[in-house]
Amino acid sequence: MSRILAILKKEFLQMRRDRLTLGMVFALPLFQLLLFGYAIQTEVKHIPTAVFDQSLSAESRDMMEAFSASGYFDVYYSTGGYAEITNMIDSGRAKVGIIFPPDFSENLKKGDTATVQVLVDASDSMSSSTAIATANAIGLLKSQKIFIQKAQLTNLPYDIRVRPWYNPDGITAYYMVPAILGIIVTMTMVMMTAVAIVRERERGTLEQLMVTPIRSFELMIGKIVPYIGLGYLQITVALLVGALVFHVPIRGSLLELYVLTLFFITASLGLGILISNIAKNQMQAFQMSFFVLLPSIMLSGFLFPREAMPLVIQYIGDIIPLTYYLVIIRGIVLKGIGFPYLVSQVAALLVFSVVLVTLSIIKFKKKIA
Amino acid sequence: MDNAVITTRELTRTFGSFTAVNKISIEVGQGEIYGFLGPNGSGKSTTIRMLCGILEPTSGSGTVLGYDLAREAEKIKRKIGYMSQKFSLYDDLTVYENLDFYAGLYSIPHRERKKRIGEMIDMALLKGREDELAANLSGGWKQRLALGCAIISRPSILFLDEPTSGVSPTSRRTFFKIIQRLANENTTVMVTTHFMDEAERCYRIAFISEGKLIADDTPENLKNNVIKGTLAEVVHPNALYIIDDIEKLPYVKECSNHGPVLHVLLESENAIQALNYYTGVEAKIIRPSLEDVFVSLAKQNRRQVS
Ligand SMILES: Nc1ncnc2c1ncn2[C@@H]1O[C@H](COP(=O)(O)OP(=O)(O)OP(=O)(O)O)[C@@H](O)[C@H]1O
Ligand SMILES: [Mg+2]
Repeated sequence: MSRILAILKKEFLQMRRDRLTLGMVFALPLFQLLLFGYAIQTEVKHIPTAVFDQSLSAESRDMMEAFSASGYFDVYYSTGGYAEITNMIDSGRAKVGIIFPPDFSENLKKGDTATVQVLVDASDSMSSSTAIATANAIGLLKSQKIFIQKAQLTNLPYDIRVRPWYNPDGITAYYMVPAILGIIVTMTMVMMTAVAIVRERERGTLEQLMVTPIRSFELMIGKIVPYIGLGYLQITVALLVGALVFHVPIRGSLLELYVLTLFFITASLGLGILISNIAKNQMQAFQMSFFVLLPSIMLSGFLFPREAMPLVIQYIGDIIPLTYYLVIIRGIVLKGIGFPYLVSQVAALLVFSVVLVTLSIIKFKKKIA
Repeated sequence: MDNAVITTRELTRTFGSFTAVNKISIEVGQGEIYGFLGPNGSGKSTTIRMLCGILEPTSGSGTVLGYDLAREAEKIKRKIGYMSQKFSLYDDLTVYENLDFYAGLYSIPHRERKKRIGEMIDMALLKGREDELAANLSGGWKQRLALGCAIISRPSILFLDEPTSGVSPTSRRTFFKIIQRLANENTTVMVTTHFMDEAERCYRIAFISEGKLIADDTPENLKNNVIKGTLAEVVHPNALYIIDDIEKLPYVKECSNHGPVLHVLLESENAIQALNYYTGVEAKIIRPSLEDVFVSLAKQNRRQVS
């Protein structure tokens, strides 16, 4: 215990004096979030929109003005009828088609629901989701009933309820901020611990350590634990940026988020420390970190939905800690769900942590060469 | 030897096909300062690493404080101190923090820790610099701090691998005085060095070359017994130019230069006149120094190998 404490204390002192690294811990979430957040948040505006107005009424024009005024739609009044609208969408000249039936105005006046048909080019997911969300919002506002159908699915009327459930306003930052947080934390944790052992090997202090009575597990624990605090610090910064800049609401329990995050931090640290035990020098450690971090970004469901990936790729994603953490943090932050729904993810992260740290302890030998 | 605390029997270490340490058998008695000498790459560090239990011997065996090198390395580690060749401190920790770290690693109880660290600071003449970062210390200070870290656990055996390289002569003398004091208090010290004045102060010296033990004796015996013949000192303005020619003379066994001065080993005392006649200067008969002994040993070894 005295030996673990000695390592802990030393690591803390070294961490505190390493201004550059500390700066990174704070700056990374700040800049990454602002950068990613704003880049991804740029919602699609000025969607070319073709309108076939069969009712030619004041009410239909009023509605289209609302569409135009939203800034999301550039409205073009078609004279060529239904055929022209579909043709424009097929050829890509329009992303959205809006069709007012001839009896639109009459129905409204009679007090019946007036339906508007909205066609959306679903091949462009960005503009289609924006269009759907906005059309819905305007439709609701105007108390009209809107049928939305994707152009690719022939005439399947879309219900209002297609709107993205957990993110009704279509603001992608909501969805991205928690995920970016996961990326940043795993990146920092892996990179920092990846050099923890090799750096001492290169500086020659490891040889000195090997001659002391320190045990392998004491060294590994002592090297990992201080970074847990750093991980929490970073998450706090990221959550604050998310809340203050992007107004990401945290629907679930903050306490629960912090507790469950522990297993993600330890899994990332375990990965880093294992790399540190395998790498011959710091350069190799960096390269290996990139090698494991890249799949984390690509395959974890951070950028692309995992459901859309081939099965083999999904299996690879299954052995990445971030995959599980994304479910946890999106679940808690966006859906407000709690631990009972996340047991399997937490269990997976726990297994990662234990396996990775155990492998490191076994791998580390108090021998040179 | 009944009080031997280190013994090795044909201790060997190979790296691939290269033999760094070749069947070395030594014994070191308790409280001795045991000097380990040899040219660069002769296997001094490799031997010490094996004795410290951080390098697996390829063959042969050895015990340190009665513990087997191969099987009980961890037990050995609790009782020894080690200063590696590039004495490695944590540059970003202060003097005090470095000592405190090692105190913790050796589980020195908290009650005693402050006192022990204080002792080390006194011993290493670091008083007043406790809060300075190790990075800001100069060579001699760094070296004494490293020593402090190595002996804070009061080890029975201290291994020092070239502790005085890159340190000023004054600091070297200070350092060696500390070592002698430790030995007087019954700590066994095994030290590698390239400096003859330090070698002189060892109780016993092992000389290794190309991994093999060539001589192992007290400095006195080495000086008396290794060199067969008469050693003469020649001060000559063109010393470096005539060195090869002198070596070819029939009555000369060896000739080497010590700076501008030549040391010529003659078959017998009678040959000195012939030498004087040849060089045109008066040669002086001298008692061999340790350096002469090692130059001679290294040459003999090279001749045997080729
Ligand atoms: N880990 C290793 N792998 C391969 N070769 C090694 C290793 N360690 C040492 N050697 C080789 O073994 C030989 C002896 O090295 P060692 O460090 O023991 O010499 P030394 O006597 O301490 O030399 P110096 O006076 O320069 O410190 C050298 O040729 C060295 O290159
Ligand atoms: Mg050496």
